[in-house]
Amino acid sequence: MSLFRKMALFVASFSALLLSGCGDDIKYNMREGVTEISREVYELHMIAIWVCVIIGIITFGVMFYSMFAHRKSKNPNPAKFSHSTVVEIIWTAIPFIILIALAVPAIGLLIKMEDASDSELTVMVKGYQWKWEYKYIDGDDNLANDVRFFSNLDQASRDMSRNAGSGFSGVKIEDENYLLEVDNPLVIPVNKKVRFLVTSDDVIHSFWVPDFSVKKDAIPGFINEVWAKVDEPGTYRGVCAELCGQDHGFMPIVVKVLPQDEYDAWYAEKVAEAEAGPDLNERTMSQLMAEGEAAYNTYCKACHMENGQGSGPFPSLVGTEMVTGEGSLTKHIDTVLNGVPGTAMQAFGNQLTEAEIAAIITYERNAWGNDTGDIVQPQEIHDIKNGGGE
Amino acid sequence: MADHKPKGISRWLFTTNHKDIGTMYLVFSFIMFLVGGAMAMVIRAELFQPGLQFVEPDFFNQMTTMHGLVMVFGAVMPATVGLANWLIPMMIGAPDMALPRMNNWSFWILPAAFGLLLSTLFMEGGAPNFGWTFYAPLSTTYGPESTDFFIFAIHLMGISSIMGAINVIVTVFNMRAPGMTLMKMPMFVWTWLITAFLLVMVMPVLAGAVTMMLTDRNFGTSFFDAAGGGDPVLFQHVFWFFGHPEVYIMILPAFGIASAIIPTFARKKLFGYSSMVYATASIAFLSFIVWAHHMFTVGMPVKGELFFMIATMLIAVPTGVKVFNWIATMWRGSITYETPMLYALAFVILFTIGGFSGVMLALTPVDWQYHDTYFVVAHFHYVLFPGAIFGTMAAVYYWLPKWTGRMYDEKLAKWHFWLSIVFVNLTFFPMHFSGLAGMQRRVPDYAIMFSDFNMMSSIGAFGLGLMQLLFAWILIKVCILEKGEKATDRVWEDAEGLEFTHLPSPAPYHTFDTPPKID
Repeated sequence: MSLFRKMALFVASFSALLLSGCGDDIKYNMREGVTEISREVYELHMIAIWVCVIIGIITFGVMFYSMFAHRKSKNPNPAKFSHSTVVEIIWTAIPFIILIALAVPAIGLLIKMEDASDSELTVMVKGYQWKWEYKYIDGDDNLANDVRFFSNLDQASRDMSRNAGSGFSGVKIEDENYLLEVDNPLVIPVNKKVRFLVTSDDVIHSFWVPDFSVKKDAIPGFINEVWAKVDEPGTYRGVCAELCGQDHGFMPIVVKVLPQDEYDAWYAEKVAEAEAGPDLNERTMSQLMAEGEAAYNTYCKACHMENGQGSGPFPSLVGTEMVTGEGSLTKHIDTVLNGVPGTAMQAFGNQLTEAEIAAIITYERNAWGNDTGDIVQPQEIHDIKNGGGE
Repeated sequence: MADHKPKGISRWLFTTNHKDIGTMYLVFSFIMFLVGGAMAMVIRAELFQPGLQFVEPDFFNQMTTMHGLVMVFGAVMPATVGLANWLIPMMIGAPDMALPRMNNWSFWILPAAFGLLLSTLFMEGGAPNFGWTFYAPLSTTYGPESTDFFIFAIHLMGISSIMGAINVIVTVFNMRAPGMTLMKMPMFVWTWLITAFLLVMVMPVLAGAVTMMLTDRNFGTSFFDAAGGGDPVLFQHVFWFFGHPEVYIMILPAFGIASAIIPTFARKKLFGYSSMVYATASIAFLSFIVWAHHMFTVGMPVKGELFFMIATMLIAVPTGVKVFNWIATMWRGSITYETPMLYALAFVILFTIGGFSGVMLALTPVDWQYHDTYFVVAHFHYVLFPGAIFGTMAAVYYWLPKWTGRMYDEKLAKWHFWLSIVFVNLTFFPMHFSGLAGMQRRVPDYAIMFSDFNMMSSIGAFGLGLMQLLFAWILIKVCILEKGEKATDRVWEDAEGLEFTHLPSPAPYHTFDTPPKID
C-alpha cells in the first residue's frame, strides 16, 4: 500500500471513528465483546470518547478562533485584562460536574465487574514463560481425573515469525490468526458465569480476553479473581498483556465458547483422557527424533535456538557437558524435569507428557551432530517421575 | 568586565557557572535524545510490518527498556534541569545558583551514570530487558546480570536529580532579588520550584526500590519474591509512588515554559497568574495520591480502585484550569507566530489530547481494556513528546537568542516545526487505534490486523527522527558556526522577565552581581 493510501486510510478511519461513533470495525476501536459487562464497558468508553471530543471541539474551537481573529494584523492593540474570578470559578466547576457525570456510571460498573460471587464454573489460569496452563476445578480430591492442560502458540505462527535479518522485504504474513492461535484452547460453556483464578509460575503475566473485557494480572504467589458470562458461542482471542520476557508477544489466549451439551461432551472426553493416563508406548529412534524435533521447536527453541546453540544467557546444547558428557544422561533428564532454580530454565516435568520429554531429550542428544546414540523411552521418564525423585 | 575562567576542557570540568552547567545539561540531554531516538528507530523498524525482520525479541526488549530509561532520565529530565540552570538565576535576579560546586557535581555524575547504563548493551547476556518500569520478579530473579549495573546507574541518576532539585529550592528561597516576592516570580520558576519538591520527595523512593532489588538479587532478601514471603505487587506500589510524580516532574517545567511564551507573543499578561500557581501546586499534591491507577489490573480491593480512579479524575480540574488560562491569555491579544509560539501552541493542543486519553484511562472499568495496550503508549507519548519535548524545544527557540546573542534561522525552524507536527501525529495518533483494537505493549511482532497503523507509526517515527537532525543543524548554525542576525537585548517585542528587560544579549558570563530592583 502506498504511503498516500495509508495516509488516506488514517484520515478516513479517524473521521469514521468521530462521525459514526460506532465500533463495527474492530480494526480501530474497542470491540463491544460478547458479555453484558463488555458491552457496558464499550458504552462507557464511547461516552468518554464523546465527552472528550465535545470538550475538545469547544476548547480548540475557541483557541483556533482566537489564533485567527486575534492575530496581530487583525487586532494590533491587545486587551489589558489578566484575570476574572467569575470565569475562573466557572471553568473549575464545569469540569467537576462533567467528571462526576463520568464517575457515576464508572463506579457502578466497576462494582459489578468485581463481583465474582455465584460462579458456576471455576478455571485456574496459570501463566508460564511463555504459555498458559488451564485447570478445571472440579471440587473432588481425585487428581487422576483432573482436566488440566497447557496452551502454546501454534506451530504455524512459530514457523512464520522468526525471520530476523530478513529486512523490510521479509516474509509476507497473511494468516489472520498469526500469533493469535494456540494448540489447546481454553474451552468454556456459554451462558455460565465462569470464574477465572489467575496466577503465575514465574514472572507477572496478564490474562486478557478483549471480547470478555477481562484483564487480570497473573502474579506469582498470589491468586486473582475475574469472571465472564459469555452469551454467544464462538472462538475469542486474547494475548498476554504484561511484559513477561522475550516471548511476551508469543503467548496468545484462545477461548472456545461452546453450547452446554458440546461443552459437557468435550469435558467428559478430557476426563476420560486424564483417567487413561499417559501414553508410555515404546518408540523407535526415528519416531523419537521426529516427535522430539516438533516438541523441541515448541518448547525449547525460543531460548536454545533452532540450532541448539543457545543465545545470550541461554546455554548451548551442542557438544556441551550436559548433553554429550560421560554419564550426563541422568543430569540431563533431571534438568529437563526439574528445571534450574533461579534461571529461566523451567521444571518441565509437570508441563509436558512423558513421551514429549523422552522425545526432546533423545532429540537433543542426537541432533546437531551430538550423535550420542542415547535413546530415552517414555517409560523411563515415567519411572523417574514416580519414584526416582523420592 | 573581564571574565576569569579556565580555557579548554578544564573550563567545563571545573565550572561552577550556572550558564556553563546549563549548557552542558542541554548538550548532554540532546545527545541522549539522539541515542534514545536511535533506539526508537530500531523499535519502529522492527514493527514496520508483522513478523520478525531485524532483531531478536530479547534485543527488542532491551531497546524498549533502554529507550524509555534514556529518554526519561537522560533526555527529558536533564533538559529541564539545563533550562533551570540557565534561567532561574536570571529570572529571579540572582548571580548564580546557591550551591555552585554541588551544581557541577550533579551534572558530572550524569555522564558516568549513563556510561554505566549504556555499557550494559555490550555485556554478556545483554542490557536490561524488562521495560523501563522494571517490574519484579522479571527484573530480579529473572533479570540479566547487567541489572546490577542498571541499579547503580539509577542510584547515580537519583543522586544527581536530588542535588539538582535541592539547588533549585535553595536558590529560589534565598537568592531572589529584593522585591521579587514569591507571587511575583515568573511561572517557570514556580513550576520548577514545585518540580524540585517532587524530585526531592520521590527520587529517594526510587532509590529504595532499586536497593530492595539489589538485595533481592544478591543478598538473599525476598522483598518482591512471594516464595520468600515477599510481594511482587509491592514493587509496583513503590515504583509508581515514584513513577507518577515523575511524569509531573517531566511536564511541569513545560507548563512554566508555555506560561512564559504565550503572553510574550500574545502581547498580553498571563491570565490568572495566581490560579496558575495554585493549579500547579494542586497537580503536584494530587500526583502523590494517584499512583495505583497504573495498577488497576493487579487485583486491588474495589474500594482502593475507586479511590484511585476518583483521585485521578480530579487531576483534570487543575489541568483544565491551566489550559483555559492559556487560551484566555491569547483571547483578544495581538498574536504573532514565531517558532517558540508555534511550539507553545502545539504543546497546549497536543498535551490536551494526551490529557483527554488520560481521563479515559482513569476510568477503571474501561482501563481494563486500555491497560498495557498501545492506547497507553499513545497517551504517554502525547504528553511526553508534543508535551515535555515540544515544551523544551519552544524554550530553546525562545531563549536561544538570549543565550547566544544570535537569532536562529527562522525559516528552517518553521520547517522543523511544521514537519514535526505532521510526523509526531503520524507516529503517535495511530497508536490509539491499534491499542483500542487490541495490540498489547512491548511486543516485537503482532497480528496482521494491526499492520496498517503500525506502518503509519513507523513512517512517522522515521520522519520524526530526521527532524531531530534538522534541529541539530539549526542549533549548530547558531551556536557553533555563529551564523544568524544579532539579537536585540529584548529579543522579542514586549518580552517580559528580568532576563529580557535587564540583561544584554548574549547574557554575559556573570549576571546580576548586584541584584536588580523590582517594584
